[in-house]
Amino acid sequence: MTPTPRTLAVPDLSLVVLIGTTGSGKSTFARQHFKPTEVISSDFCRGLVADDENDQSASGDAFDLVHYIAGKRLAAGRLTVIDATSVQPEARKQLVRIAREHDVLPVAIVLDVEERVCIERNAGRPDRAGMPKHVIPRQRRELRRGLRGLEREGFRKVHLLKGAAEVDAAEVVLEKRFNDLTHLTGPFDIIGDIHGCASELKSLLTKLGYEDGVHPAGRTAVFVGDLVDRGPDTPGVLRRVMSMVEAGSALCVPGNHENKLARYLKGRNVQHTHGLAETIEQLDAETDEFRARVGEFIDGLVSHYVLDGGRLVVCHAGLPAKYHGRQSGRVRSHALYGDTTGETDEYGLPVRYPWAEDYRGRAAVVYGHTPVPDATWLNNTICLDTGCVFGGKLTALRWPERELVDVEAEQVWYEPVKPLRTEAPGGAEGRPLDLGDVQGRRIIQTNHHGRISVREENAAAALEVMSRFALDPRLLPYLPPTMAPTATSKEDGYLEHPAEAFAEFRDAGVRQVMCEEKHMGSRAVALVCRDEAATAKRFGITGVSGALYTRTGRPFFDDAEKTEALLDRVRKAATAAGLWDEYATDWLLLDAELLPWSLKAGGLLRSQYAAVGAAAGAALPTAVTALEQAAARGVPEVADLLARHRERAADAAAFTDAYRRYCWPVDGLDGVRLAPFQLLATEGASHAALPHDQQLALLDRLAEHDGSGLLRRTGRLVVDTEDEASVAEGVKWWLDLTADGGEGMVVKPLQALVRDANNRLVQPGVKVRGREYLRIIYGPEYTRPDQLQRLRQRFLGHKRSLALREHALGLEALDRLAAGEPLWRVHEAVFAVLALESEPVDPRL
Amino acid sequence: MFLTISTTGTAERPATDLGFLLHKHPEKVQAFSTSHGVAHVLYPEASAGRCTAALLLEVDPVALVRKGRGKGRGGAPDSALGQYVNDRPYAASSLLAVALAAVFRTALRGVCDALPGRADQALPLRIEVPAVAARGGTELVKRLFEPLGWTVAAESVPLDTQFPEWGESRYVRLTLDGELRLADALRHLYVLLPVLDGAKHYWVAPDEVDKLLRAGEGWLENHPEQQLITARYFSRRWSLAREARERLELARLAEADDVEPEAIDNAVDEESDTEEKPVPLAVQRREAILGALRDAGASRVLDLGCGQGQLVGALLKDTRFTEIVGVDVSVRALTVAARRLKLDRMGERQAARVRLRQGALTYTDATLKGYDAAVLSEVIEHLDLRRLPALEYAVFGAARPATVVVTTPNVEYNVRWETLPAGHVRHSDHRFEWSREEFRTWAEAVAARHGYAVTYAPVGDDDPEVGPPTQMAVFRKTASENASNTPSNPAKEAAA
Repeated sequence: MTPTPRTLAVPDLSLVVLIGTTGSGKSTFARQHFKPTEVISSDFCRGLVADDENDQSASGDAFDLVHYIAGKRLAAGRLTVIDATSVQPEARKQLVRIAREHDVLPVAIVLDVEERVCIERNAGRPDRAGMPKHVIPRQRRELRRGLRGLEREGFRKVHLLKGAAEVDAAEVVLEKRFNDLTHLTGPFDIIGDIHGCASELKSLLTKLGYEDGVHPAGRTAVFVGDLVDRGPDTPGVLRRVMSMVEAGSALCVPGNHENKLARYLKGRNVQHTHGLAETIEQLDAETDEFRARVGEFIDGLVSHYVLDGGRLVVCHAGLPAKYHGRQSGRVRSHALYGDTTGETDEYGLPVRYPWAEDYRGRAAVVYGHTPVPDATWLNNTICLDTGCVFGGKLTALRWPERELVDVEAEQVWYEPVKPLRTEAPGGAEGRPLDLGDVQGRRIIQTNHHGRISVREENAAAALEVMSRFALDPRLLPYLPPTMAPTATSKEDGYLEHPAEAFAEFRDAGVRQVMCEEKHMGSRAVALVCRDEAATAKRFGITGVSGALYTRTGRPFFDDAEKTEALLDRVRKAATAAGLWDEYATDWLLLDAELLPWSLKAGGLLRSQYAAVGAAAGAALPTAVTALEQAAARGVPEVADLLARHRERAADAAAFTDAYRRYCWPVDGLDGVRLAPFQLLATEGASHAALPHDQQLALLDRLAEHDGSGLLRRTGRLVVDTEDEASVAEGVKWWLDLTADGGEGMVVKPLQALVRDANNRLVQPGVKVRGREYLRIIYGPEYTRPDQLQRLRQRFLGHKRSLALREHALGLEALDRLAAGEPLWRVHEAVFAVLALESEPVDPRL
Repeated sequence: MFLTISTTGTAERPATDLGFLLHKHPEKVQAFSTSHGVAHVLYPEASAGRCTAALLLEVDPVALVRKGRGKGRGGAPDSALGQYVNDRPYAASSLLAVALAAVFRTALRGVCDALPGRADQALPLRIEVPAVAARGGTELVKRLFEPLGWTVAAESVPLDTQFPEWGESRYVRLTLDGELRLADALRHLYVLLPVLDGAKHYWVAPDEVDKLLRAGEGWLENHPEQQLITARYFSRRWSLAREARERLELARLAEADDVEPEAIDNAVDEESDTEEKPVPLAVQRREAILGALRDAGASRVLDLGCGQGQLVGALLKDTRFTEIVGVDVSVRALTVAARRLKLDRMGERQAARVRLRQGALTYTDATLKGYDAAVLSEVIEHLDLRRLPALEYAVFGAARPATVVVTTPNVEYNVRWETLPAGHVRHSDHRFEWSREEFRTWAEAVAARHGYAVTYAPVGDDDPEVGPPTQMAVFRKTASENASNTPSNPAKEAAA
């Protein structure tokens, strides 16, 4: 007689424990029903640690390995099957513990195969020839003894297959977890804690567009729980929600108040506190049938849902990422009650652990539970409990739109035990980011350049600078990337020349390039907010109206008042130019050059540049005089030496002239100039892809509206790299610019963000530095042919790669900022730019 | 790089004899290859009345940078040599001294076969160096050369005449006049040019001691600035400097005793004496902290901002501290700490008690949770005030050790430091220094916000007027903690 085929239901994320004696066919069964990588065999692990699958003395180590691999797989959310005899309760106990540690369900599949069959199968395997005869009968006795206790041991599903025939006929069917609704994409309207406020619920549903519990556009309501207690009409709320859930137009997760109500309805002894008394009184007026329906409804609720392809998680009290989609008692407990620190506050209430601060998951978590005055995002989580029953409001979140919709409470229905917190859990002043967000070797996924890695030693250096010298990460949404110079020129007397830059972009398929005058000062990023309140609102920092910082994130001026005064000048220009309204923003992020160079580099100028000029100026003319005397005296062979020293003296003088052009005295802000060349971002938008002609036109407007004389316009020329005349014009423009000591120019693709034929990011710009300016970099006499010849052997590869990586990280920071992503996500990219800046690369490039 | 040596003479003793003494013909330009460029010797004037020899060293800056690249082997000790913008081609320094010794090797030894006897006689000499790198300026130049019998005219070179507000450069235009033996004059320059510069283009090797003793023979023993000269000559390599000083002193004794210096100088053990001298206040501070930790009954302790590991070392000596974690943001400090504590040579049991790791207190750090105590000794003042709330939260809000010990300077006491100019902080990296009241205001607020109680103690001499040099606060956690979680406690279950 053929047994009827058995269907074995197995949750798609679980720890499946096969139980059976040796020779019962576990490995064959596992092979038939699971992927090879899903199965961890104790025999295989024994082989790994002892070179012999049957070496029983290696069992301890082998099982350590089994458990370790199982742990890694489960942590990663992968179905795992344990292929070991597991006939002893101690062995199973450890597996149940591992399943619980990773919040997955343990499932037992018992292969209760006849002794005769097992012995026969083993006899066919020469490697098991030495196994004592008593082993199989003993294992079978152990198996039988354990059978009845499996559920009690913690297995949530037990499938018992009796006899080899049943084993052969069995079929494993993977089933979705209850909380896995990733296939539902909404759109959703997620509604916060209602607490019996039936009238407000009705108003909110109407405002959201629901008609008698159904949305004409097919939207789904999602209730975050705490429907009951405290408020005036708990039955009314339940009736509405239950009917919507039954009709399929709503989902609901349970809150702690539902849980307690269910216990009451089952006749358990619970305290009638925290508003339960009101519910009991209201339910007493209802029918037994209704009360029974409520009990069933609550019992059927799933603690949390994963929705919309995994992008959205809804639960009552918030849930860390590692619990998403998991099933265990503690997951349910966290979903309903949240986490506590173990401490109690002055009201005797447990102190809640600020789990949202630590949250780093990619799924948005929408929850309630903790009454807050306003729903605000923190690390991609949002609490929708806006205390309606306490006289606040009832709030809904539209998903995926991320819009908040709320209705005011009609009255204070219930007095709170303690005042509502002034803000969402977490996000208070002073709470910093976590070291884990930045330390050690890191890989950052970028939109524009794939994965970018940061080495540990570079992160360590960045950590030192970031924590000792830089501004608060909230005021530091961007750090400027480095820029590579153009390919080395072979032109007589030149190390850098525009011809190579134009050719490079032409070869990359970039036809139009923007040549921008390079201002010789110090790089500065300016975050200019409309006022202090705007800084506080958007960036969470009080007492400042923005920030002005250097390329390593240090404040540009030590003097906070000076910073404010400078920001104020930019702010006035932005106001006059109408930028706030035009961009619907309260802040501007500008990339700029701050002049003069001597302002920030004064120390370096004096100790290095001016010093070299002084030494050369003292030594060389004296040497020339001595050589002239010798020549005049008729000493032979002095002419060459004299000529060379006259040239050297001229070079040294040219060097002094070169740095002098970038120095002038300033008094307060008098003499300080700011040359912005890119508007990086405004609220909700990165402008990194805005074509450079539009960028500069915009910044021209800003400069034109500056009444203070602070802002400086950037000279420019558009060149067509395919047109010889245009290229020649570009070269001439550069020659004119640099002839009297200009630093040079930057050549950028006009379209800003450009990819080449291989879909790789094109360099965002290359610098072409002036011949005189380069004396400051390569020394006073670098133009001498012998020196130039050797200096041409410079290697740009690393610098160019670095420039691209930093550029991509900068873009990433701006994208994340624009998308309103959590601070840690923005800071991660900014920090990485700083870390990369500590890579060893020729500093003269 | 350029210098001239001039002398005057008469028809009987023509100045052009200088050519014989220097072993360089006055009517030729001669070139000598040195490791950093070509040295030329030529005579701008050569008459019986007056003769000037010029040494012109053409340094190749590109080669200098390429040689200077890469610290350690082949690299240069002077980081400025890694720069193309570099004063080395222009200012007289060790490069010129080495060239001088190479080009005038025989003259430096005081040997002249052509004019026997003349080398031993003093000549009227004038030495001109248009740009000498001189850390210490004209004043130091005089202190170094005047005791040797020179009349010194030294003039500072301005940094940039267009920006007079930048002041003077570290270069000096130097003229020396005196009646000296030529060999002595050369040896003075050979030793004192690098000393004035304070940097060397090559690594100081042990044979430098011998070089200095040779070149300094007869004048360095009794030079009033002998200590500075030896220290600078060895580019602040203290152990070598000490050896040389001791050897100079011993050399004098040996000279008096008519024996080889090595016979006397054989007792120095370089390795044993490298510990820095303890600063009494630092010791008192460590004692106060250890006392507070013992009173708190702490055994697992964090030293946040451990620096070079002095406190970690003290904690290790007391076995009641079973786990000691030193955290600092500076990798360099941690490296020094590991070396001082000899972590790599420590026994397993000892080593298991201590860990050093990089961390930053402006970030929360989950690995710092659950300790008995944390020490912030002279740490908070190294943080900008605006970043202090981050540290406060990271330590008191996130790590939450049972006890926190904080020490910081008491700014009121600064008036008692005689060496500290009024209005100055004690360390250039101190972002602020607090009065006792300011410190207490902060501490009370922190304690209130995070559920701690705070007590204070003075460290060091408690001045009746201005208080102690260091102030210490000890925070004890008071917030009630119970292990039970809410859901298992029905009374609190429906609290929300």
